[in-house]
Amino acid sequence: MATAAAAPSLPHAGYTEPTGIWSWLTTVDHKRIGALYLWTSLTWFCVGGLEAVMIRAQLQGPNGRLVSAETYNQLFTMHGTTMVFLVIMPLSAAFFNLLIPLQIGARDVAFPRLNAFSYWVYLFGSLFMNASWLIRQAPDGGWFGYTPLTTLPFSQNLNIDFWMLGLQILGVSSLAAGFNFITTIINMRAPGMHFMRMPIFTWMAFIVQFLLVLAFPVITIALVFLQFDRFFGTTFYLTTAGGDPLLWQHLFWIFGHPEVYILILPAFGLVSEVLPTFSRKPLFGYPVMVYSGMLIAFLGFGVWAHHMFAVGMGPIADTLFAVTTMLIGIPTGVKIFNWIFTMWGGDLRFTVAMKFAIALVGLFTIGGISGVMHASPPADLQQTDTYFIVAHFHYVLFGGSMMGLFAGVYYYFPKLTGRLLSEKIGNWHFWLAFVGMNLTFMPMHWSGLVGMPRRTWVYDSGQGLEPFNLMSSIGAYIQAVSVIIFAYNVWVSRRRGGIAGNDPWGAPTLEWSIPSPPPDYNFAVVPTVTSRYPLWDRKSPELTREVPHTREGERAINVDIAGKHVGHVDHAIGNPPGGAVSSERIRTAKELGIPMPNPTIKPLFVALWMTLMFASLILIHKGKQPMAIAGIITFALAMTLTLYSWLLTPLEDEH
Amino acid sequence: MATTAVVGHGHPPTTTGLDHRKIAIWAFIGSECMLFTSLISTYLIYKGRSVNGPFPHEVCNPPQCPTVMQPILNIPVTSVSTFVLLMSSLAMVLALAAVENKDKPGWAGTGWWGRTLASSRVWLMATAILGATFLGFQAYEFTSFVHEGLTIRKNLFGSSFFTLTGFHGAHVTVGVLWLLTLFAIDVRRGLGPKDALLVDISALYWHFVDVVWIAIFTLVYLIR
Repeated sequence: MATAAAAPSLPHAGYTEPTGIWSWLTTVDHKRIGALYLWTSLTWFCVGGLEAVMIRAQLQGPNGRLVSAETYNQLFTMHGTTMVFLVIMPLSAAFFNLLIPLQIGARDVAFPRLNAFSYWVYLFGSLFMNASWLIRQAPDGGWFGYTPLTTLPFSQNLNIDFWMLGLQILGVSSLAAGFNFITTIINMRAPGMHFMRMPIFTWMAFIVQFLLVLAFPVITIALVFLQFDRFFGTTFYLTTAGGDPLLWQHLFWIFGHPEVYILILPAFGLVSEVLPTFSRKPLFGYPVMVYSGMLIAFLGFGVWAHHMFAVGMGPIADTLFAVTTMLIGIPTGVKIFNWIFTMWGGDLRFTVAMKFAIALVGLFTIGGISGVMHASPPADLQQTDTYFIVAHFHYVLFGGSMMGLFAGVYYYFPKLTGRLLSEKIGNWHFWLAFVGMNLTFMPMHWSGLVGMPRRTWVYDSGQGLEPFNLMSSIGAYIQAVSVIIFAYNVWVSRRRGGIAGNDPWGAPTLEWSIPSPPPDYNFAVVPTVTSRYPLWDRKSPELTREVPHTREGERAINVDIAGKHVGHVDHAIGNPPGGAVSSERIRTAKELGIPMPNPTIKPLFVALWMTLMFASLILIHKGKQPMAIAGIITFALAMTLTLYSWLLTPLEDEH
Repeated sequence: MATTAVVGHGHPPTTTGLDHRKIAIWAFIGSECMLFTSLISTYLIYKGRSVNGPFPHEVCNPPQCPTVMQPILNIPVTSVSTFVLLMSSLAMVLALAAVENKDKPGWAGTGWWGRTLASSRVWLMATAILGATFLGFQAYEFTSFVHEGLTIRKNLFGSSFFTLTGFHGAHVTVGVLWLLTLFAIDVRRGLGPKDALLVDISALYWHFVDVVWIAIFTLVYLIR
């Protein structure tokens, strides 16, 4: 390791963002909205994690007395709802926002203000749902909210109202974002960026948007029925009026199973970016990765009833859904093998991002295999509603989605902030999360198979459940420690992390060709793309600069980041880069003559009025119908007027 | 790597050559298809499963009803309102044509009919009025059903029928407001060929809402 060559292209000090709270409230910049999504969803991750820790503390020993049965119901319901709708989906959305325009060579998303609107709806919706804790009536019907338990005769308090209205609000956010990203990807690709040259993360994001816009209307309608039943006395879910107790389950899972792929495909996409970079090899079987993603999404709409084997749908339906469910294991397995073949023979660099990515490959496989096990109805009848299922979906959602998203956080943090997360602290985070995760969820396979039911707040001693539960609880505490370490890493690296430069990892895709953090216009010159990996492309020498594309090249050049060898960036914290940053200032959009959208507060207010409009419905159950109606009309009017004002104002100044 | 000169003023051209809004409205319509599919499926699943009357196509006899009740759907009246909505789609097509051809004087022929055909204001307003007429029919239908004893709380048929047709009516209402907004813009500054997209996307939405009604009319009213 002789003299450090200047790290791969470090021409600029990075872009200086506008500051101040007003600039954040009015921003329409996709990168800043991505940052808002990131910090908000990580905050909810801590809240949802706290709920999980309380659940595990209650179950640590037999007949726990930490919380009451009612509180326990609220804890597991809000843990599930939070992690699905307030953490994994918006954390994925953070990456959609940050990456899609950068990866396709665009200057923003198609509808910047709609993008801001999506975020504010998410924020207000999540705050609304969690406000239920303040009156100690948090949702308590499970994240799936099965009827008739959630109908008025069986749930008379406000718990379910907060849940269904909160989900309805959050659905608006996802749908708006879905239309936006579909349009962005179809219509804003840089010249030469054919569909089959798109980075694989953008591909997975593209597929996920279709899942979102097709699956969310179904739960919207299911929730509308529930709202009408609870607020206006309709009979959709009333069995006494002839209502079908399975209607909700079908509608919910027609949404709910595609939702599972909405949760996992973005993580798959991130890992498919991380593994090639740190293996120094293109992704193995790129077209097959794309097709398998499509196939997973397509089959994902035809497997929903495997969540309902226990309700007795009959042998034909059971067989059909068992077969489609097993089929979906094939494209998923293809992805696993392609990741392994990507790493095979590569020049592996075990950064924290790479470790999280490899963890996904391993842990998701475990969860995937237990998933195929209960695709078989006879096996499922033994396993359903036991901790075996809890083990399964935590392996796919924590071992899969969260590990992939953490890989993405470590990998893209430098692009977002201009500074690297500490590898040293990150290693502690990774290993504690990995060990804690397995210690928590692996024993659940056994406690489930010996018959421990889900969603019960206590279990008796002497049934052989104590050791498994104790292990699970210790594992949960270890995970909590890992999250604290992660938070510390973010805190300290945000201020003193190594300066990233354009491309700290020697990565191949377009987002790494521009400064970190990128200027508001992203690309001063819209690039013309000639291959899937433009920065590794020998045909684009001016983009690749000193980035090596071969193992030999890397050894010869001895790539350094921030003055440190890329394999050992752990000392990066606190060390200013060794003169690698040029003092050249990044030119502003105005100087370059690039039209930029004006900041605006209107999307925030439309989101706020919409949330309050939905929230007013709650008053109906407090016996204040006139106030509820007045609230709904007022806020609907305010929303419509603000919306008109938004739509009639041009996005950018005339030029 | 060749860098094209897309520096400077204006935005780079879109990949497909289409406006963003055109793609977004198609994605939105795809999403709306799932919304109405869920509503219509629920209606069909619950068809014939109400434990008490009134019923859509069947006579309701005691004890399911306190007295004998006739089938509640009024197919002749709804056929008229369906015709009105279909005609509104025709008016919408003419409105779009009028906006697109604004800079070709006399394209629709001469005389008062030619001038009428070429007037985007006439056809935008006509579409809105026809849509509003459809809503009037729906209001009449809903109130008469309530008078005959069918409310949204009455039975599964009432719940699923009012929710389905109410959702459709809400979509028509949004469409009418949209058309009136376009009409106001047309009166204020005149809509020309460069605004055709504004009318085009509202037309796509309007035709979609119309097509959904054809499905509802067939599945709910015509098929027993």
